Amino acid sequence: MITGYITRVSGPVVTAGGLGGAGLYDVVEVGEARLIGEIIRMDHVGAVIQVYEENTGMRPGEPVVSLGRPLSVDLGPGLLGSIYDGIQRPLVQLKAASGSFLAPGVKGEALDRARTWRFVPVLRSGDPVEPGTLVGLVKETELVEHRILAPPLTQPGRATRVSPEGDYILDEIVAETDSGARIGLSHDWPVRRPRPCRKRLPPDEPLITGLRVIDVLFPISKGGCAAVPGGFGTGKTMTQHAIAKWCDADIIVYVGCGERGNEMTDVLTDFPKLVDPRTGRSLMERTVLIANTSNMPVAAREVSIYTGITVAEYYRDMGYDVAVMADSTSRWAEALRELSGRLEEMPAEEGFPAYLPTRLAEFYERGGRVQTLRGNPGSVSIIGAVSPPGGDFSEPVTQHTKRFIRCFWALDRDLANARHYPAISWIDSYSEYSDELRDWWDGVDADWRDVRTRAFELLKREQRLEQIVRLIGPDALPDEQRLVLISADMIKNGFLQQNSFDEVDKFCVPAKQVLLLRCIMEFHRRAEAAIKAGAPLPRIVGLPIRERLARLKSIVPNDNLDEIRAAEKEIISSFDELSRQYRKEEAR
Amino acid sequence: MRGLEHRGLRKAEGPIVIAARTESAGFGELVSVRDRSGVMRTGRVVDVSDTAVAIQLFADNTGISLDGVGIEYLGRPLELRVGPDLLGRVFDGLGRPTDGYPEIVSSDLRDVNGRPINPAARVYPRDFIQTGVSAIDGMNTLIRGQKLPIFSGNGLPHNRLAAQIVRQARVLNQGDKFAVVFAGMGIKYDVARFFVDSFERSGVLARVVMFLSLADSPSIERLLTPRSALTAAEYLAFDLGMHVLVVMTDMTNYCEALREVSAARGEVPSRKGYPGYLYSDLAELYERAGRIEGSNGSITQIPILSMPNDDISHPIPDLTGYITEGQIVLERELFQKGIYPPVAGLPSLSRLMKDGIGEGMTREDHKDLSSQLFAAYARVKSIRNLVAIIGEEELSKLDKQYLRFGERFEAEFMTQDEFDDRGIDRTLELGWKCLSWLPRDELLRISPALIAKYLPGGSLP
Ligand SMILES: Nc1ncnc2c1ncn2[C@@H]1O[C@H](COP(=O)(O)OP(=O)(O)OP(=O)(O)O)[C@@H](O)[C@H]1O
Ligand SMILES: [Mg+2]
Repeated sequence: MITGYITRVSGPVVTAGGLGGAGLYDVVEVGEARLIGEIIRMDHVGAVIQVYEENTGMRPGEPVVSLGRPLSVDLGPGLLGSIYDGIQRPLVQLKAASGSFLAPGVKGEALDRARTWRFVPVLRSGDPVEPGTLVGLVKETELVEHRILAPPLTQPGRATRVSPEGDYILDEIVAETDSGARIGLSHDWPVRRPRPCRKRLPPDEPLITGLRVIDVLFPISKGGCAAVPGGFGTGKTMTQHAIAKWCDADIIVYVGCGERGNEMTDVLTDFPKLVDPRTGRSLMERTVLIANTSNMPVAAREVSIYTGITVAEYYRDMGYDVAVMADSTSRWAEALRELSGRLEEMPAEEGFPAYLPTRLAEFYERGGRVQTLRGNPGSVSIIGAVSPPGGDFSEPVTQHTKRFIRCFWALDRDLANARHYPAISWIDSYSEYSDELRDWWDGVDADWRDVRTRAFELLKREQRLEQIVRLIGPDALPDEQRLVLISADMIKNGFLQQNSFDEVDKFCVPAKQVLLLRCIMEFHRRAEAAIKAGAPLPRIVGLPIRERLARLKSIVPNDNLDEIRAAEKEIISSFDELSRQYRKEEAR
Repeated sequence: MRGLEHRGLRKAEGPIVIAARTESAGFGELVSVRDRSGVMRTGRVVDVSDTAVAIQLFADNTGISLDGVGIEYLGRPLELRVGPDLLGRVFDGLGRPTDGYPEIVSSDLRDVNGRPINPAARVYPRDFIQTGVSAIDGMNTLIRGQKLPIFSGNGLPHNRLAAQIVRQARVLNQGDKFAVVFAGMGIKYDVARFFVDSFERSGVLARVVMFLSLADSPSIERLLTPRSALTAAEYLAFDLGMHVLVVMTDMTNYCEALREVSAARGEVPSRKGYPGYLYSDLAELYERAGRIEGSNGSITQIPILSMPNDDISHPIPDLTGYITEGQIVLERELFQKGIYPPVAGLPSLSRLMKDGIGEGMTREDHKDLSSQLFAAYARVKSIRNLVAIIGEEELSKLDKQYLRFGERFEAEFMTQDEFDDRGIDRTLELGWKCLSWLPRDELLRISPALIAKYLPGGSLP
């Protein structure tokens, strides 16, 4: 351990002398209060340290101790269901130590080192061991089997000893090799270093989110990266909460980065009560929360994103599909900006440091579907909220993020104002994964591609017509074009709009998604034909099936879609009846 | 060290002065600065190295000379003396009494910067506060422990609305201990007077604590005013278990003081000259609202800010909206039509509403009803744009019905007297009455069962 002394304190950035022997990115304990910090620069003035805790009262001359290792996360059973701050301090334990308010200098173990876990060995003495080799299993929660793997830096060799089934604490060594590796139930990994994998795999399986506008129109793959940009109150957090609740990933890492305390409390109180529809277990059993809210120290906010992604990679390495929610990457970028300002670096656009795009790229690159060291597939999907100032997407964080993601769910202020949720714009959003996912969806419904294409076209036509309507009013349009407006409204009300608080509609299985859209498109096709045959538009609009279609989404449960099929038949009979009546009247 | 005075400055520039380091000064700690004529000022250490100390003054710097100045390091951050006797008192931004009475008797000193609430120790706010204002209760419900700002503009009646909320606010079925904390930053004497009178008339003055840093006090003092006020609020709420309503006005003046200091320190500005940390700084204030485990009290914040040029995308309202749990936006157009309160229908939002309304809290139909009113009013807005171009005659029958709805909604639901205290049932009833101007099959956001139960019979075909 190397000890130096503080020479300058400027908010969370502290300069220290006497640390020439310490390494860049070493963790340090700063001041008498032993606050956690990290060396982020070494130059002629000494070591520049960012301090992860509030440091009022700190003064020059106080000691700084380098711990001689980089800032790392503790990885092992016990992560699931926990809530940590940006540097993985356990918030529930901190509460016990310092009460409802966070006090600087309070320490806590990220993983409970006294608790025992039931370990079931898989590896046998004499077996070869290399990075990623499965050593044994621990049931972490009812839902998740924690696979104890040889850590990425393990020296290859042969197992000389493997512990028998039994209850072990995290620090006990459960396997040893002739190469000198000693494997316990947990290990450390530096937050800023991606965990290695064998190779990257194509992202050709969808991450089903249960949100129709995403899954059908702008899908994301397992291992994909998406950005959710939008002004305040347009629904970024709600979208991420909905995905964290209902998506078909195995593990969720939710990073609250510089956002509201109550939103984390919401997750913390809501998730344990919610039941995963696929497994019947509490959603908290698959979730890890990282909460570094807006009022918590800004330097720790910068790290929180990396802490989250490292935990995600750890579960990916076990062969799981992990989804990371980062709310909000803009606050992370602002933390970078603030620290960069204190370091007196040359600013680039809007005061952000010139390395902002590099950091964003590095972060999103850690997402992906991979073949793990163990050899099986695993994935990390990243969904990052972006909070552009004034809701203006031309600002640097949104623009640079766009370069590194393939799915863009643009939230629209007008939709949000009209309480059309999710306010994901069908005009400004895009997904580059839809081609890769085609085969999968073809398996759900052969008509899927056709229905989706026609729906897209209809929405685009409506948008063009709206521009005309704004000048001349809808009544001046011919019936055929007015029908486009009406059908597009049906798509919006009956399909795209999905209220997160609706008991039935809060999430929607793929089969229901396609059926709903198919019905609406069938209505449109029939109506178009009826108009061509001379039926008056008001009669079509007056058909009761129209209102019924708009309400189906919140009536029909995910596990029984018969009523939608019945509605599909009703469309046909309604139009047949309409043309019969109409012909009769004409004949008269 | 207390009692030890050092002489001389190296540099004085705006609110920042630089002194040679003569003893160990701690970052963020308080400093007393005495000028040549003996006038004392309070300052804070904002940067300290082994050779120099930068001090930010909370007062103007006229008369500060380099040689004649005496500096005393107090070795502690700014603290507020707290106790039950805070109630009914008036202080300046730094927590010094200005009502002519002595300091309160208490040995309990609290750092005004507070500490972040541990997110794992928060209790999610769920209790509905009835304000008696339909535009708020019906559409943008206030919840106990929420931070819900009023975005206003020059000349709009934000003060009247805030006073009405304070007067009428209560939690349904509960007559609890409550207190009001008022922080005035850079506001005129008249505005402060208006609030005092209003508190007095509604008989709550004895339960109000005021922190005033009026327009004629040094602008820098405004940086501490909300911090002192929130420290008092935290004490009343979490130590004494009271429900505290905090009104802070005008946040725009606060932000301007922050910009001033940042510019003096030569920091790289972000948008419109405001510092890049404006978001984090505001969050330090706004996040002090809420409820915590182990206490029955709560802090509900109603910050008021005036949007420069009525521009909601200006950094102050923008960053506020990114932190608070919704916003009540006042609209000039409605105000000019003579509508009070001129609460803009669409951009206003309460994010905590979803968990505090519905059966058992307000009424079962509240969620669907408000969602439908929002959707219909959004439609009204777009039809009005159309009318401006093609005239009303060209509209379809349905569009005309929507216009009719819009008029009724603004006239009957939104408009109310400053002293009209409406119950939630009355508010919801008015909402249904407005909806009855629309055809039933337009009400897709409401379940058929609720329509059958609540929609007044005379619904048009
Ligand atoms: N899918 C949804 N279903 C129902 N309501 C929604 C939905 N999405 C958003 N809302 C409503 O909009 C409000 C704001 O949403 P949210 O908190 O997600 O915004 P945000 O984009 O995260 O804002 P900020 O940037 O300020 O954090 C919510 O409180 C809720 O009332
Ligand atoms: Mg959000």
